[in-house]
Amino acid sequence: MTMKFSKILLGAVALALPFAAAMADNAGPQTGTLPTAQSTSGATVYANLCQACHMEDARGAVGAAAIPPLAGNKHLAAHAYPIFVVLYGRGAMPALGGILSDDQIAGVLNYVRQNFGNHFAGPVSPTEVKAARIPGKLYAGGF
Amino acid sequence: MVFQPGTTRRQLLTMIGLAAGSSALYQAMTGIAHAAESDFAGPPNLSGAKPGASVLVLGAGLAGMLAAYELRNAGYKVQILEYQNRAGGRNWSLRGGDSYTELGGATQNVQFAPGNYLNPGPWRIPYHHRALLHYTKQFGIALEPFVQVNYNALLHNSAAYGGKPQRYRAVAADFQGHVAELLAKSINQKHLDQPATKADRDAIIDALRGWGGLNDQLAYAKGDESANFRGYAKDPSGGVNGAPVPSDILPRDELIRSGLWHALAANANYEMQTTLFQPVGGMDQIGKGFAKQVQDLIDYNAKVTKITQDDKGVTVTYEDHNNGGAVKQAQADFAVVTIPLSVLSQIEIQVSPAKQAAIQAVPYATSLKIGLEFKRRFWEEDEGIFGGISYTDQEISTIAYPNHGYQSGGKAVLLGAYSFGGKAYRIAGLPPAQRIRAALDQGAALHPQYRAEFDNGVAVAWNRVPWSLGCCAIWTEQTRKDHYQNLVSLDGRIVLAGEHASYVGCWQEGALLSSLDAVTRLHQRAVAG
Repeated sequence: MTMKFSKILLGAVALALPFAAAMADNAGPQTGTLPTAQSTSGATVYANLCQACHMEDARGAVGAAAIPPLAGNKHLAAHAYPIFVVLYGRGAMPALGGILSDDQIAGVLNYVRQNFGNHFAGPVSPTEVKAARIPGKLYAGGF
Repeated sequence: MVFQPGTTRRQLLTMIGLAAGSSALYQAMTGIAHAAESDFAGPPNLSGAKPGASVLVLGAGLAGMLAAYELRNAGYKVQILEYQNRAGGRNWSLRGGDSYTELGGATQNVQFAPGNYLNPGPWRIPYHHRALLHYTKQFGIALEPFVQVNYNALLHNSAAYGGKPQRYRAVAADFQGHVAELLAKSINQKHLDQPATKADRDAIIDALRGWGGLNDQLAYAKGDESANFRGYAKDPSGGVNGAPVPSDILPRDELIRSGLWHALAANANYEMQTTLFQPVGGMDQIGKGFAKQVQDLIDYNAKVTKITQDDKGVTVTYEDHNNGGAVKQAQADFAVVTIPLSVLSQIEIQVSPAKQAAIQAVPYATSLKIGLEFKRRFWEEDEGIFGGISYTDQEISTIAYPNHGYQSGGKAVLLGAYSFGGKAYRIAGLPPAQRIRAALDQGAALHPQYRAEFDNGVAVAWNRVPWSLGCCAIWTEQTRKDHYQNLVSLDGRIVLAGEHASYVGCWQEGALLSSLDAVTRLHQRAVAG
């Protein structure tokens, strides 16, 4: 097969799929809409994504290592830290900046900061999230 | 998207694979000499160990057990500390009578009938994973074929064909046929950049005819040529009604819009190319086979809390949960740490700042696996699906049929969900019973028999697995560049190993190759004094 031939071949087909993770056992072709794309409501984003690890009651869990609680977590008081952690991950937590919009991140942070017994003052804005995105920095999200 | 000078080789291959299917991808890969096999060259040669030298191995997964096995053979005194009450790590199977408690406290008591199982973690072994094949052979672990590609399995997109699943065979044949027709006619009519000579053009048209099932008009159309690939409306038979009837093809534009052809490219990936294997009786037969070699070295229920080193040796502090969590210390000249980074990143460890940063830099993916036990093998009895995998755009992503026990009566377990990352989180955040309900609801779109035939199930969400907090390490090009060498480097008397310390991530082979490399370097350091 010549390169010219493959060029035409490729041009014949519209592609929609992000390239599957290479060199890893994965679930194969995962097409369609992510559940996280369905809503900008903080409660929905929390239920569709965050609670898988942080738990429905946001109390986290402890095994060989800990998943930190978000309920009563003083790190949520300032804006910059939780915005950065959601965008780029921390430790085992994947970066979510690649699959969540600025609106979704602001929404879910405000949801968490005002629920589960939390009452942190001053809402996070999508503009702050946008400003925290570092141009060119990759999201290690595994999506 | 077209090929451009900046396109990476893998992107190019992926595109060729997407467009042209496995044979074209294979041709392209071998042409660019990229399809190298595992560099496993046999067990390590660790001769000349100093008498009395000792190694602590943290973690009794495959990486840890292999390290212990080879180091003891080389003459080292070895001790393994394991957090769980069993060996194997992510090499794991769940059977009837097993109980599994996840983070958050939900406990599932598995109800499967005898002989049935779910592999929550690894479940298939490519033929070129030579280290794993070497040790399974050496340890007498029986393998059987894993069916990766089943032409009679289903491809499903909720938004295409009114939600009706299509046969893999039909999608494969029709996509290939339509693409072949487009190309053959374009070349014939000189609409493309042309191969130089008429002989070359004729040869490629001839190839496209055979490869795509085109008729003598270079058309992919209902007839004997297409039916030869996609199957018949009425199969060939015997006697007076023996003549076959060709089947209708799926029209081109709708097929391309359906996206169902994504599965063709996935099966063309190097790791998914047949032959693949699975252990007879469940993936944990491998973990058990390894454990049989080193069982006298393992201390179970040991939760590591601190790892320190100085110029004399390594000290590991741990809670001994065989003795009420009593704090103990173990010491050795060296340590091989195979604890997943998701956990190790929360343990105090005395290594260089660069290695500390590497340990913190690698997040973990989640995946979701749900085993569903049905009263009978309806997929075999009703639909002629024997093993293999169906794909759907729904959150469950995958339905995989058992590759063993064909045609047997009684209950059988299929994999009712295997999804990764973003597709997995919503269901993974539900209580186990609701995960199973979601798998039943979504799976019923492919198999309406689900409702009547379901018996019981078990759902493992890797984000809630207490000893790994995820299924495997997520690397990016950037984190590889910034941190990989720092992660795998020998740091004083400590070396890390596991799938996370390899470029064969999320595979058992990566754990083994990483372990062999780690013990080889550790041994060289130990011999050098």
